[in-house]
Amino acid sequence: MAKIQLITIIANVLFILYISRLIIKGKLREEYAIVWVICTVLLMVFSFWRNGLEVMARLTGVYQAPNLVFTGFIFAILIYLLHLSVVASKLYNDNKKLAQEISLLKEQFNKHIENKK
Amino acid sequence: MPGKVLIVIPCYNEEASLPSLLPELLSAKLPQGYHIEALIVNDCSKDNTSEVAKKHKAIVIDLPVNLGIGGAVQTGILYARDNGFDIAIQLDGDGQHPPKELPKLINHHLETGANVVIGSRFLEKEGFQSSFARRLGIKYFHWVNRLMTGLQIYDSTSGFRLFDRKAIELAAVNYPDEYPEPESLVVFSKAGLKIAEVAVVMAARQGGQSSIRSFGSLYYCFKVSLAMLFSFIRKP
Repeated sequence: MAKIQLITIIANVLFILYISRLIIKGKLREEYAIVWVICTVLLMVFSFWRNGLEVMARLTGVYQAPNLVFTGFIFAILIYLLHLSVVASKLYNDNKKLAQEISLLKEQFNKHIENKK
Repeated sequence: MPGKVLIVIPCYNEEASLPSLLPELLSAKLPQGYHIEALIVNDCSKDNTSEVAKKHKAIVIDLPVNLGIGGAVQTGILYARDNGFDIAIQLDGDGQHPPKELPKLINHHLETGANVVIGSRFLEKEGFQSSFARRLGIKYFHWVNRLMTGLQIYDSTSGFRLFDRKAIELAAVNYPDEYPEPESLVVFSKAGLKIAEVAVVMAARQGGQSSIRSFGSLYYCFKVSLAMLFSFIRKP
């Protein structure tokens, strides 16, 4: 096994452990962790199977294997960014509804208090 | 037919204009049997908007976070829906929309049965007419609106508008957030509501600044066009 394989495998294992820790501590929701777990699994596959990259590049018709890595990862990152925008939009909507409810309730509450006085 | 009218005034730092606006508003002459209440939606102002409004006998709703004009107006609409108001009228807090024009909107609603009545400064060329660039933008939205709703609405960016009960019910659940005026018309017309326009005389703002300035206006045009297009495509 080559040196670089060992390094990537160790880095991968550490990464997976860190993600698990975040999930266990409740700091990362599982649905967002899925992407990260899939990424590490893919990295793991290619760290063990060193020729895999060449094989995949030949299969997809990419001349140089590293380019396949860049293309694949940039695409994955774009999709994930889009996903984050969707999450932010949903949060904005929920936040708006909550703010409206709270302000309306507060008004009702104050009116109630005034009437009792 | 008696009715309850709620004036929804979205406010951000309007302590300067409220003391003259509110008394004038509450003493406005409405058609027989109509009862008026003023609601200030304080969108996280940094000044004393809330206290000033309370002193002048307005109902005040303080938003805990800044929601922007759309979210603020919708809060007022929600209040109107939950408290059984028959009519809600949105009016800007900066004194651009003179309260003495209110009866025109209500009368027009009563005469035509329109669900949404827009106070337009362009039907008759009177009063404050806005700057050239802004009129150009408004003309553009007139064109886009005609394309998407088939309606001839000249002042689609006007924030002086009346919602009847049906429009209130709709806007309470579906009202755009940012720069809502032109986009909401697409939403209303898709839902089959009747939209009408009536001529009013507007004044230049008394205090504060427009929320739409310089580079922002390009963003405004682009964002609103896009939003209108998607509102148009979206199923009601």
